[in-house]
Amino acid sequence: MIRNIAALISGVVFGLGLTVSQMTNPDKVLAFLDVGGAWDPSLLLVLAGAVTVTVVAFRFVLKRPQPVFEKGFYLPTRKSIDRKLLGGSAVFGVGWGLVGLCPGPAITSLAFGNTESFIFLGSMIAGSALAHFWPRQVEEETEVLQPA
Amino acid sequence: MENFTPVSAIIGGAMIGVASSMLLVLSGRLAGISGILAGLLPPRRGDMDWRILFIGGLLLGAVAYQVFAGEVYEVSFSLGWPAIVIGGLLTGIGTRVGSGCTSGHGVCGLGRLSPRSTAATITFIVAGGLTVFVVRHVVGG
Repeated sequence: MIRNIAALISGVVFGLGLTVSQMTNPDKVLAFLDVGGAWDPSLLLVLAGAVTVTVVAFRFVLKRPQPVFEKGFYLPTRKSIDRKLLGGSAVFGVGWGLVGLCPGPAITSLAFGNTESFIFLGSMIAGSALAHFWPRQVEEETEVLQPA
Repeated sequence: MENFTPVSAIIGGAMIGVASSMLLVLSGRLAGISGILAGLLPPRRGDMDWRILFIGGLLLGAVAYQVFAGEVYEVSFSLGWPAIVIGGLLTGIGTRVGSGCTSGHGVCGLGRLSPRSTAATITFIVAGGLTVFVVRHVVGG
């Protein structure tokens, strides 16, 4: 129960942050990616603001023996920088550059009631399902529960 | 740079960082949103409630913003439906094959100083920039 409340509150703060920073506004995102046009560097500051907090906070958090409401941390184990990582990220980048929404803002923007957001999210979920047909697609990323 | 909004960008960004840190310290989870969503396909008993609540929280956050601001948030899309469908499909495929998106690789991966996530983040920003360049200045120009 308490774990679910923690997830809900984290989600609310995350959704507020995305909205305040305008990551949920495709025009704003595309203006950031449009280095050859009227470039708007705002989103670089969104990333910088977020990463400044996570770099500092994660250092302390991951020194704890365990999370507050869980027995361990769920962290990705894969370390390799391979074709799958870079190819997938490039494909995502093309989709991001085409529309201006990434997954978090795509979900969050449903709250603004635009039909386009629903179409985008539906297509994105379909794409996630299709990803299993990518050549040499292996099993889902394994996550490890660090011993407490 | 007429539309540069540094203050709201830094405040909003910091909130995203705080939210990611909260989820990690309280629940031991990284706030990678494409992964949190994909973990529901198909839903698994015992591992779905927190995912649904986090995603519901995202929506609630956007609703709360509109209530506080007292106005409906205006969003505009520059391209039509076919491009939106293609963009959505590519985003879904790419984030699964590439193991993450802006939040997972960008905010959380960079936060863990992960070389893998750094490579992914640079790749999707460059690919996004090239795509916008082609759409706006090659095809549209």
